[in-house]
This record gives sequence, C-alpha cells and structure tokens, in this order.
Amino acid sequence: MYIVSLGGPKWWQQASRSVSISASLSRVESPPARADATFKVTMLPGDGVGPELMTAVKDVFKAGDVPVEFDEFHLSEVQNMASEDKLEELLSSMKNNKVAIKGKIHTPMEFKGELASYEMRLRRKLDLFANVVHVNSLPGYSTRHNNLDLVIIREQTEGEYSSLEHESVPGVIECLKIITRAKSRRIAKFAFDYATKKGRNKVTAVHKANIMKLGDGLFLQCCAEVAQLYPKIKYENIIIDNCCMQLVQNPYQFDVLVMPNLYGNIIDNLAAGLVGGAGVVPGESYSAEYAVFETGARHPFAQAVGRNIANPTAMLLSAANMLRHLNLEYHSHMVSDAVKRVIKQGKVRTGDLGGYATSDEFTQAVIANLAV
Amino acid sequence: MLSNMNMPRLAQMQTVTLIPGDGIGPEISSAVVKIFQAANAPVSWEERNVTAIKGPGGRWMIPPDAKESMDRSKIGLKGPLKTPIAAGHPSMNLLLRKTFDLYANVRPCISIEGYKTPYTDVDLVTIRENTEGEYSGIEHQIVDGVVQSIKLITENASRRIAEYAFEYARNNQRSSVTAVHKANIMRMSDGLFLRKCREVAESYKDIKFTEMYLDTVCLNMVQDPTQFDVLVMPNLYGDILSDLCAGLIGGLGVTPSGNIGANGVAIFESVHGTAPDIAGLDLANPTALLLSGVMMLRHMGLHDHAHKIQKACFDTIREKKVLTKDLGGNSKCSEFTADICRRVQDLD
Repeated sequence: MYIVSLGGPKWWQQASRSVSISASLSRVESPPARADATFKVTMLPGDGVGPELMTAVKDVFKAGDVPVEFDEFHLSEVQNMASEDKLEELLSSMKNNKVAIKGKIHTPMEFKGELASYEMRLRRKLDLFANVVHVNSLPGYSTRHNNLDLVIIREQTEGEYSSLEHESVPGVIECLKIITRAKSRRIAKFAFDYATKKGRNKVTAVHKANIMKLGDGLFLQCCAEVAQLYPKIKYENIIIDNCCMQLVQNPYQFDVLVMPNLYGNIIDNLAAGLVGGAGVVPGESYSAEYAVFETGARHPFAQAVGRNIANPTAMLLSAANMLRHLNLEYHSHMVSDAVKRVIKQGKVRTGDLGGYATSDEFTQAVIANLAV
Repeated sequence: MLSNMNMPRLAQMQTVTLIPGDGIGPEISSAVVKIFQAANAPVSWEERNVTAIKGPGGRWMIPPDAKESMDRSKIGLKGPLKTPIAAGHPSMNLLLRKTFDLYANVRPCISIEGYKTPYTDVDLVTIRENTEGEYSGIEHQIVDGVVQSIKLITENASRRIAEYAFEYARNNQRSSVTAVHKANIMRMSDGLFLRKCREVAESYKDIKFTEMYLDTVCLNMVQDPTQFDVLVMPNLYGDILSDLCAGLIGGLGVTPSGNIGANGVAIFESVHGTAPDIAGLDLANPTALLLSGVMMLRHMGLHDHAHKIQKACFDTIREKKVLTKDLGGNSKCSEFTADICRRVQDLD
C-alpha cells in the first residue's frame, strides 16, 4: 500500500499494512469517533522559528482532522520567560501526556548562576537519554549524496554536556566530560533494540578512544558488550574524525550510528547537511516513559524569525512520526505523504531547498495534498 | 626568466630537517627531495630518525641528534610515523608536539582540479589549537563505571592560537577568521576561548572576525564549503573539522598539514598513515607530503618555488595520464614523480 521510505523495510511495511487497513476501515465507518480518541500532546514552541513551525503543524493537523489536541507552553531563556515554576508546569504536563512536540529553546551564551541551560535541564529531568535523527534523502530533491538512509542515535544526558565547569586558577578552566557504564550500556542497548525493531543491519559506534582511552574506551567497551547480545546485527566502530571524513566521501557505508553526546551533535548536523539541511531532517528524543518530537538538527534559526522563510518539512515529518508513535497510522501517512508529494513535485519549495515559496505557501501546498 | 633562474642559486641555502618516517615514508620523502631538486629549491636536507629512546631519568624522548638538528634548522618535513601499540612509549606525534611545543596545526584545504569530489571550489584553512582542550590526557575513573575526562582551556593557549590565526590570515591574504566553538553548552571553557579570540580580533581590524557554533559549521560545511575562509578552534573540534575538510577535497592522501611551535619551529607533515601494505612497492602517492613541502616553502618565504611545484603537481593530476592508484590511475610513484619533475623544469 504505502511505500514507507523511513527506516527498515520488512518488519515495518508488514506492520503498517495491517494497522493502516484496519485504521482506515474504522475511520471510514465511524468518523465522529474523534471525541474519545483525541490525544493530548504537550507543545513547546521554543525560540526562533519554533512558533512558526508549530503553527504549520497545527494548521496541517486541523486541515487533516487529526485527533490531537495541543497543550501549549512557552518556556524561553532569551525572552525572559523561563522560571522554575514554568519548568515544573511543563514537566507535570509531560507526565500526563507522555508525548510532546517542541522547538529549540535557545541557550544564551551568558549565564546567570546555572551553567546548564533550560533545554539541558529539561532533558535531564525527563531523562530523555536517546536522541534519534532520521537522515533520509527526500525523493525529488537532489543533493551531492542521494538515496541516503541513516539513523543517528545519540546519548544526550551525559558526556561533554555535563555542565560541570570551574575556573581552577584565573585563566585556567576545566570542563568535565562524564561517561558512565550505566548510561553507555543503556544507549547501546537502545541502539541495538532500535536496529532490531526497524530491521536494520549494522550498528556503528563512533568514538575517540585512541585519545580518550578511559572515557570513550568505556563507551566502546559497553557497546561491544551489548553487541554480543544481538548476533544478528553487525557491529563496527569508527573514530569520529574518520567518520566525518567517510560521511562526506562515502556515507552509504553506514546504517545506524550510536555515539556519545558531543559527537552526536556534530554528526547529526553533518548528516542533516548531506540531505538538505536543518529544514528537512526530523528527530525525536526518548526516555523510558516519554517521547519528545522535534527537528533533527536543533537550531533556533533566529535570523529567519518573522520573515516567513523557514522550512516546515522537518517539523511536519517529525509530527508525522509522532502520530505513528501514537498509533495514528492513517494520519501519520497522510501527513508525511503530503509533505513528500509537495517536495517531489518541486513547484513549491522554501529558500533552503532552492525555491522561492514562503513557509505559509509550503504549508498550504501540504494541506492541499492531504485530501488524497 | 634568466634572472629568476640565477636568483635561487645566489639565495641562501636553508637547512631543513627531513624525517622520512615509516612504511611508505622513505619513498615519498625521496620523491619530494627529487622534485625540490628539479625545482632548484635552495633547500639542503638533513635526514633524521625520531624513534623514541629512553633518556636519563627514564623519560621517553626523541633522539638528541634529531632535536639538535631541528632546533638549529627550525624547519622540518615529516613523513608518516607508525605508533607501535605495546611499545610502552607515547605516540611519536605526541612526543614531537611536546618537545617543540607545537601549538598550532594548520591545514589548508583546496579543491584539486582533476581530482573530482562532490565538493568543488573548497578553499579554506583550519587552524587548530594543538596542546590542550579535550586532548589533555587527564582522565580517571572516579568509582567503578564512572569515568571523568578533563577538558582544559587556558587563557594563554587560547590567546596564542588566536594570534597565530590572525597573523596567518594577514600573511596569506585571507579575508576572514571564524572562531568555531560550543560556548552555548560549555559556557565557561569555550566562553574563555571565544573571549580571547574576540580580544585578539580587536588588534586585527583589517581581518573580518566571525564566530559560529560547531554544529552550524558542520551543517553549512557540507552544503556550501565556499562560505568559509580561515577557521580557528580548540583541539577536538579542530581534529574533527580538519578531517572533515580533508574529506571534502579527497582525503588524507592529498591534504597538507603544518605544525607551528613556540620557538619558531615549524614541522610540516603528511597526515596519512604509513600504509605498510604498499611500502617499498613504488605505489605510494607523494602528493600529501609534496603539498606539505609547498606549505613549508611558503613559510620560508620561497613563494616562487612553492608556486612552481604546486602548479606542476596540480597539472600532473589534472592531465590524469600518470596517476597513482589512489588517485584513480595505475602508474608508479616514480613515474608520477618524474612527470612532476619534468613539468617543474619546463616551467623555468
């Protein structure tokens, strides 16, 4: 029925076929089932173009009759809308809804007191340890490397982002990078479980254990230990600088990549650039209980605010992933197919993809394509 | 033309310490020596070996004759060195870095016409702080299963590398310097690095200074590398970005690299491996070492010779008639070298 271009083919196509048939059948027979089937999702627009992208998502959902209701929260460090109370409100909403969609909360470079930004604290409080970015080439949009299909899994609660810094003597600053066995094992297991579930063949661990022998050495050791429990998945490892070089020369050798925090940040952005930039790559963050959907490459893109030029593709594709997570298969496909159709047709494209359309025009084009 | 021919012979012969290295090191070093000779470059080579020896007091060090030669000549050209795994001593590159306080690693990445990659028109330089940052080597296990690695950023090292970057930009007619950092996450450490870069930028008003987050640089680099000029950054980011940029132009086999030290010492090197599987078979590609030699000539002020040799090398690659295997041909290293020598002599 549907050609699913995101992720592993076999298991996924079988599952989506059966679920979507039953879902579409039930929808056709009883349309007003919306009332009790509405899902509540926490929405956090964030800074920069976040609010505009969220508007696009809301418009598309409304046009497509998607049974999702948003609980909006506005938390922002740069706009002075951040406080402990707001964070608590947001967290309790998350605990109820379990699923969220968010933009990027920008971190100003000057800090008052706490070194950890609100974005990092949110991640830690919800224990969103795994960040998954889907790097898929968009059909109809050519880049230097076409037909890419990578998944990048990044540990995002420890590593270099521990916010533990101090000035030992004036002019000498230490920044601690923490690697623990528990978290390394957890992300490795997540990566292999994900690969198994989505029918992927290989997991590659990215590290710099030749230099950071203890830290990244521990990470690598945990990955190797977990790999032994999944004999069907091929396991390899590669050093981060070589990985970057290989990604720009031959990205097809990779399948699923797993890595600690900072390298994840680098590779997420590099890979996003390979398929078209921050505007086209969706991503999500998982904890044991929560799922937060966002863009893959997280930038507030403040210079585009108010100019109606941001590309809603990444956020819309991520919203579609969110619908699949909520088991709203039919609606998920409806949204992602519409987005892909618009891109493939090539007539309405935002500036980052070489076109002249505004964000609104793109959103309208997606809505127009929902009806099919 | 005639007067140009006479000038090199009258110019002072400068001594350069040559470290052939291991594996394919000796072959590519002799290729470079041949080409320099064909170009009449006023360079006299002093070959030295840098295999680590244990000095008095039990500390590993490089052989004293190598150190003495380098201290005297101030310029070195180095081939690939192998790092034996269980030899007990630290990597040779690390030892060299510590001995001569090589604080700046400079990699110019220029697209090579004739060696096609998906990225064209790349012309940027990465300048990486090479002594501290994430590679300080200070790590310990706090309790079982919890490891802490320390990233060190100091005011002095940050200022030093920023000053070098701006000097380099000025001396090589580059128009802008971009500081690459993650000061939104590592607010104190990268914050200090960024502050120092900003301060130094004040003294170099003729050079444009911008700052960009590391992830934004990576995102933009693979989409449009032409927007970058000189990039300056701490150790780890530099390591990653310089390899990323090498990948854009074709890999480590064609990328030159230079290390600048505190006392005027400069060591230029090829950054690829020793390739033991093709060592001694006349199959190696000397381009990386040759381009590093060209960088060295520019550093020494011998711009004419540098330009001649670089042009000859790029012309040979562009003609595609005598290419080594890694460049897509099946000629021998000696044939490739001879072609470049011929072109260099024709250019005179």
